[in-house]
Amino acid sequence: MNLYEGIRVALMSLVHNKMRSFLTMLGVIIGVAAVIIVVAIGQGLKKDTMSRIERMGTNLLMVNPGPSRRGGVVQEMTVINLKEEDAVEIAKTVPGVAGVAPEVRGRVQAKYRSRNTSIQLVGTSVDYAKVRNWKITEGRFFDDSEVRGRKRVCVLGSQVVTDLFYGKPAIGEFVRINGMPFEIIGTAAEVGAMWGSPDSTIVAPLTTVMYRVLGQDNLSSITVSARSAEDVDKVEKGIEVLLRKRHRLRPGQDNDFNIMKQSMFLESMAEAGETMTRLLGAIALVSLLVGGVGIMNIMLVSVTERTREVGVRKAVGARKLDILAQFLVESVVLSTIGGVLGILVGIGFSQLIARQSGWTAIISVSSIIYSFLFAGAVGIFFGLWPAKKAADMDPIAALRYE
Amino acid sequence: MTTPAGDLVLQRLTKAYPLPDGGALTILHELDLTVPAGETVAIVGPSGSGKSTLLNLIGTLDQPTSGTIHLGQTEVTSLRGQSLAEFRARALGFVFQDHHLLPQLTAIENVLVPTLASRPTADANARASALLDRVGLSERRDSFPSRLSGGERQRVAIARALINRPQLLLADEPTGNLDLDTGASVISLLLELAADQGATVMMVTHNPEQAARCQRTLRLREGRLVPQGAPA
Repeated sequence: MNLYEGIRVALMSLVHNKMRSFLTMLGVIIGVAAVIIVVAIGQGLKKDTMSRIERMGTNLLMVNPGPSRRGGVVQEMTVINLKEEDAVEIAKTVPGVAGVAPEVRGRVQAKYRSRNTSIQLVGTSVDYAKVRNWKITEGRFFDDSEVRGRKRVCVLGSQVVTDLFYGKPAIGEFVRINGMPFEIIGTAAEVGAMWGSPDSTIVAPLTTVMYRVLGQDNLSSITVSARSAEDVDKVEKGIEVLLRKRHRLRPGQDNDFNIMKQSMFLESMAEAGETMTRLLGAIALVSLLVGGVGIMNIMLVSVTERTREVGVRKAVGARKLDILAQFLVESVVLSTIGGVLGILVGIGFSQLIARQSGWTAIISVSSIIYSFLFAGAVGIFFGLWPAKKAADMDPIAALRYE
Repeated sequence: MTTPAGDLVLQRLTKAYPLPDGGALTILHELDLTVPAGETVAIVGPSGSGKSTLLNLIGTLDQPTSGTIHLGQTEVTSLRGQSLAEFRARALGFVFQDHHLLPQLTAIENVLVPTLASRPTADANARASALLDRVGLSERRDSFPSRLSGGERQRVAIARALINRPQLLLADEPTGNLDLDTGASVISLLLELAADQGATVMMVTHNPEQAARCQRTLRLREGRLVPQGAPA
């Protein structure tokens, strides 16, 4: 029997049992659709995350104070070794640096009228907005004179505006931080819930926060932006050399600071996203396998039901191979039609989900090809045993079967 | 051994089934039989006398315990696998008591089933049409078996049995499920068509009238042939 005839005969017997064929396919349809949807949404989320991180700047480096170590033993637990001067020197001497924002952070009590909230206060320099790619939507960022003069002015992240002002205009109002009144001179656009997101922070001049609020002269971190992505490694090296010299570290001694690159973060995010997609994809594949078990079940029923057909075919000269091929083609046709329908359903649903939730769905050609091939493989794998059972039947017993 | 072209020759054909107590239940006892090509033979006998077993052995659906079957030059009993399937498709035609048509195929497609098995022939379609025409069903060629009457189904089954121009047509109570009149007309058709093609016919039947229409009647009793002329 040639393949075309085989497919035609298989289609006819599937059409003969329309409802059953459809229900059998449903397992594969759902499985394939799940794979397509999961991968599409996963890829979309990954892309969303990437572009959000990129919006924050891919050229960022963050210098954090790290415990100084000797032979792996932590020498000091409290690290107070990162100073404003370090930031100033980085800006002055390291080549390839576009901006430097020294940051000091602390949790404070912020109060506006009767509204009270515990919040992160960031003290920083004028470069902060530029380095962090922070867009001021209303008002302005503070300037150098305000930093030098330890002025009590502040800029609110978008979440703070919502929390304290319920979104009403805040410029010119005063917010009490640990009891001290600060004038609000600007509010910022939403950045999104990301690494050190400034949305739920209040940003004030570095000196004001260090000396008037927190009473400390060491920095929490220094955020540095490189001129371009290519400069990031050079800048990292430059900072390391400079800080080792400034902190008087001997050769062989470990750094008492560490430098994180945004690109590293980007990579680990990408990796996490990939892992997540793989995991969910694997779960979806399991449902595809369950669909395959459904096919096997129905094929076994079908073989039993058509025992006499097998007997007749054998009596009129069908070889084992012909019988095997007949049932195998039938299960592969079932699973591949299910696969095609599943792909269509998957594409439809991922678009729908994307539209409803505002996410991005990226339907990759490879996920379509793989799930289609996998569906076909499921048909072969789960069709093989029933088909073998049919092919091995004794023709007399098959013909007598009631 | 060689036999005249197309003759069916059975030599010491025995079929026995082992019993749990170590003995054996012998269905056929060393049967010797020669059927010249083109002869029509009725096989009669009480239930359990071995008629169907004999037909199954000749039809290669079952293997004898001992003895041989030759059809022309071919030693049928030694065929296995691919050559057995080819032999069935080329040399044999079956008509069963139940029509055994495939419900999902139309009349003409059912007639074509034996041609699907091994070699696709270009003229198979034309031949199937001609056969359906010959059994008076050219109008019903695209009907499914569920839409056909019992007699019509059995006529389709006859057309299917003859599509590959078999040398040997085996019929196991082909009218067992039909009323007498319909049965008689189906038998007429079967014998007529077989004669057209020069096929040998071996037909199991319980109906003496139908048996009488064959050239020879074999009586089986307890697995042995009753000699010609002996009381039934």
